[in-house]
Order: sequence, then C-alpha cells, then structure tokens
Amino acid sequence: MNPPGLSYDQAPPFSVPLRFFLTAPWFLVLAAALLLWEGPGIIASRWLPATLALTHLVVLGFMAQVMLGALSQILPVVVGVSIAYPRWIATLVHVPLTLGTLALASAFLGSGPVGFQIAVGLLGFSFSAALIAFHRALWQAPVVTDTVIALRCALGALLVTVALGLLLSGYFGWGGFSLPILQVTNLHAAWGLVGWTALLVAGVAYQVVPMFQITPLYPAWLSRGFAPVVMALLIIGTALILSNWPLAATVTGAALAVTLITFAARTLLLLHQRRRKIGDPTLVYWRVSLISLTMGAAGWLLTRWMPGWPPKPAVEWLLGILLIVGFPVAVINGMLYKIVPFLAWFHLQAHLLGRAKLPHIKQLLPETPIRRQGWALLITLLLLSTAVLYPLFLYPAALALGITGGWLGVNLWRTAQRYRQALANNAALDQ
Amino acid sequence: MGQVTTFMSDDHRRCDHLFAAAEEAAAQRDLPTCRTRFQEFQSAMEQHFIMEEQALFPAFEDATGNNMGPTRVMRLEHQQMREVLAALAEALAADDLDEYLGQAETLLILMQQHNIKEEQMLYPMSDRALSNSQAVIQAMQQLQAGSPP
Repeated sequence: MNPPGLSYDQAPPFSVPLRFFLTAPWFLVLAAALLLWEGPGIIASRWLPATLALTHLVVLGFMAQVMLGALSQILPVVVGVSIAYPRWIATLVHVPLTLGTLALASAFLGSGPVGFQIAVGLLGFSFSAALIAFHRALWQAPVVTDTVIALRCALGALLVTVALGLLLSGYFGWGGFSLPILQVTNLHAAWGLVGWTALLVAGVAYQVVPMFQITPLYPAWLSRGFAPVVMALLIIGTALILSNWPLAATVTGAALAVTLITFAARTLLLLHQRRRKIGDPTLVYWRVSLISLTMGAAGWLLTRWMPGWPPKPAVEWLLGILLIVGFPVAVINGMLYKIVPFLAWFHLQAHLLGRAKLPHIKQLLPETPIRRQGWALLITLLLLSTAVLYPLFLYPAALALGITGGWLGVNLWRTAQRYRQALANNAALDQ
Repeated sequence: MGQVTTFMSDDHRRCDHLFAAAEEAAAQRDLPTCRTRFQEFQSAMEQHFIMEEQALFPAFEDATGNNMGPTRVMRLEHQQMREVLAALAEALAADDLDEYLGQAETLLILMQQHNIKEEQMLYPMSDRALSNSQAVIQAMQQLQAGSPP
C-alpha cells in the first residue's frame, strides 16, 4: 500500500513534455517575423495591437508552453505526485494552447471579435485542463516543502492571470459589460510575470540551483518567505488598484520590486559560491536571467520614484524586454538544455536496459551549439534593448530573435532525432 | 529538519563536493588527480547507497509496511547510478577525459533528481514514520565506518 498521495511512479512518457518543448521555440520565430513585418513603428507603445500580439506569442507560445510541459515532468520529482492520464492531459493542454495562442495573436492583429471568442474557448479549455490536473497533484503532496509552497502560489497566480485574461478577451470578443481596461491589463501582466512566472522560477530554483551548480542552500527565510510575501503583496496591490488608491498601490509595487531584487541578488550570490567550478553553459543563462530580473525590477522602481523620468513608451518597452525576454525566456532556454537531453538519456536507458551502450548527455546535445545559441540570445537581448532608443536596430534585433528561437528549436529537434536514432538502431539489432 | 533528513542530506553534500573535485580535475586534463578524486567520490557514493539499502530503507519499509513504493524506485535509481559510475571508471581506465566529462554530466543530473526526491520526500517521511530514528542513524554510521573509505 502506498501512503496516501505518494507515488514514485517513474516519469511520464517522453512524448508528454517533449511536444511542448519542440513547439515552443517556433513561437519565438513567429514573434520575430511579426517584429520584422511591423518594423520600428511597433515601439511607439506597449498598447498597440501588434505589441500585444507580439507579447502573447512570447508569453503564451514560448513561456507557457514550456512551463506547463515542464510541470508534468517536475511534479513527480519535486512533489512525489504524478499527473493522472499524462498523455490525455498533455494533448488536451498542448493542442488548444498552440491554436489558442495563434487565435489570440491574430485577433489582436485584426481578425476582430470572432478571433477573441475563439481564443477564449481554446485558451480557457487548455488552462482549465492544466490547472485542474496540476492543482489536484499539488494539493496531494505528501510533504509540504518550500518548493511545494512556491508552486502552489505560482499556480494560484496562474489562475488569477488566466481569469483576468479571459475577462479581457471576453470584453473584446463579446462586450456588453464595462471594464477598467488599463487597470485590468496591468493586473493581468503583474500576476502573470511576478506571480506565475517568478514564483515558478523560484520554486524550481530552490532545487536546481543548489543541486545542479553545487552551491550552498537558499537561506530558509528566503525559500520559505518569498512566495507568500509576493502573493500577499500582489493581493494587497490588486485591492488597492481596484479601489482606486494609486499611491498606496505604488508603494506596494515598490515592495514587490524590492522582494524580487532580493531573490535575484541572493540567487546570484549562491551561483557565485558554487562548488562546481567547471564552466556549465546553462550557468550563463541563469546569470543573464537574474541580472535582467534585477534590472527590470530596479528600472520599474526608478521610473516611479525619480522625478522627471515619467514612464514613457521606450521605458515601458525596455522593462518588457528585460522582464519577458531577459528574465524568463533566458532561464527557460537554459533549463531546456538540462531537461531535454537528460530525458532523452533517461528514456533510452529505460528502453535499452543495458542491451546497448548509451550515448551520454553531451553526445545527445553537444555543448558547442548550446554555447553559440546562448550568444545569439545575448545579442538578441542587447539589440532589442538598443532598438528601444534607436528604432532602426529593430530589424537586426528581429532577425537575431528569429535566429535564436530557430536555433533553439533545431538543437532540441536534433536531440530528439538522436534519441529516435538510438532506439531505431537497437530495434534493428533485435531483428 | 528531522535527524534523518539532516544526516543524510549532509552526506549528499559530501558526495556532491567529491563529485565536483573529480570533475574539475577532468576539466583541467589532470588525469592522476581525477583518478584519485573519482575513487574517493565512488566509495562515498557506495557507502551512501549501502547505508540506505541496508539500514534506512528496511527501517522505512518496516515502519510503513510498504516495500513496493518509494524505496523500490530509490533502489532502482541506485542501480542506474552504479551503471554510470562504472562507465566513469571505464572512461578513466581508457584515459578518455571527454567521455568522463560527458558521463559526469549525465550522472550529476541523475544523482540530483534522485537527491531531490529523497530530501524533499523520503527523508522527511522517514523522520515522521520512524520511532527509532536515532538507532537507524547509528546503524548507518556503523556501516559507514565498517566499509572501506
């Protein structure tokens, strides 16, 4: 008999997370194509329909794809609970998420209310399936660790993000009710980036930073307190904004920014103290990500408190680049390079059972393309930031983004190919 | 943190540090140092496996009446790690440091996802389930002292 809720069942089938990981990079390529198509005019405002389409291609198409795919893999390891019916859930989440992201982007780009209606249906379905499956698993966790607390908060924040997003899409799709669009959009973005994204990254970081980089552990006050404090501040800030108390809401926002900077700075310090001295390519992605988070949060603070520096479109764009492309995209990109080759190796090992020599991880995904694609990502980040001030840089920035995304897609695809090849070779030996 | 969690997590960190020392020597192309460090690492790992397989897991299975659940998977993963450790030893025997580094990367991820499962769930559950955790820790210390360093 298993104790209630405890299941050490081995990981879900490789196809479950892999479909998300192989789809996601191509949304960066789509985002790059949209940037090229729109040209420098897109930088005029964060509120342009094309800007909103672009943002959602990245946050839904790339970030949410990988984050939801990875959760189905991570939960059995860090929480000890596996997702029931993994293949079904994966299909029910992946297909409508992919199509819904395309529908939403095309709705922003002019396909009108019908586009928003389709997006509401598809994305509502996808996220409902994911939220039900993951929440069910997380609340059955046999031991409530700091990571479990952070993941519960992250999924709670995802629920709020999705609800606000559906509300906004519903408003554009059907109308018939009034909505303070500006406030709701800002709240939707804050819950998505600071709640869902930062808390998921933190919950995973508590495990993978000390373990894979061999660093000291996070101090208990941080790993225990970070997620609840962020959630409390988000709730208070939301209440203050909705009750039209902007100054108090700004103070709460400042407290959130300081909390995020504390997490990022402490993680950078841990990485500095690591015992594993060899150059691990994914270390660079972590550092770029955490520095972007620090700069984004500090930039947000400054734009609100420094006289004579009101939030201008350029500043808002820069913060968006740092807090979306810099912080999450970079760390997700780095984590994919740890997860995908390991899973390929892990499933090969299970299939081959010592009948053939296994390729090791660096043969499944060599370091050279990882490093080169990492440079491409860094260049993309710098070019995008430059384009905010010098719009003509938008063209090379868009090209760089497309190259980065496509390169990531190809690297992961090749790993999947090597996996299939190894399986096929073994099947040939059996005959 | 409970006693078992603290004692065993500390032993994980000891193994981690030995792993890092051997890997660093391999990255610096220092074959003799890598061989010495790897031997220290491999015997620390084997000691840790034995402490779990001969003392902690049986005690956990007795206390919970469950020998098909978490401990079964942990034993399987020990076997997987022993295979990669053998591949590391083979790479050193063949003076192939690139092969060593590739296998080391594989082992690190395999080992750490295993450690996460133990430190996040199995050890805290052992602390909760075992009425005699001090005696189990003593038994493990004896196994550690009894096996070659």
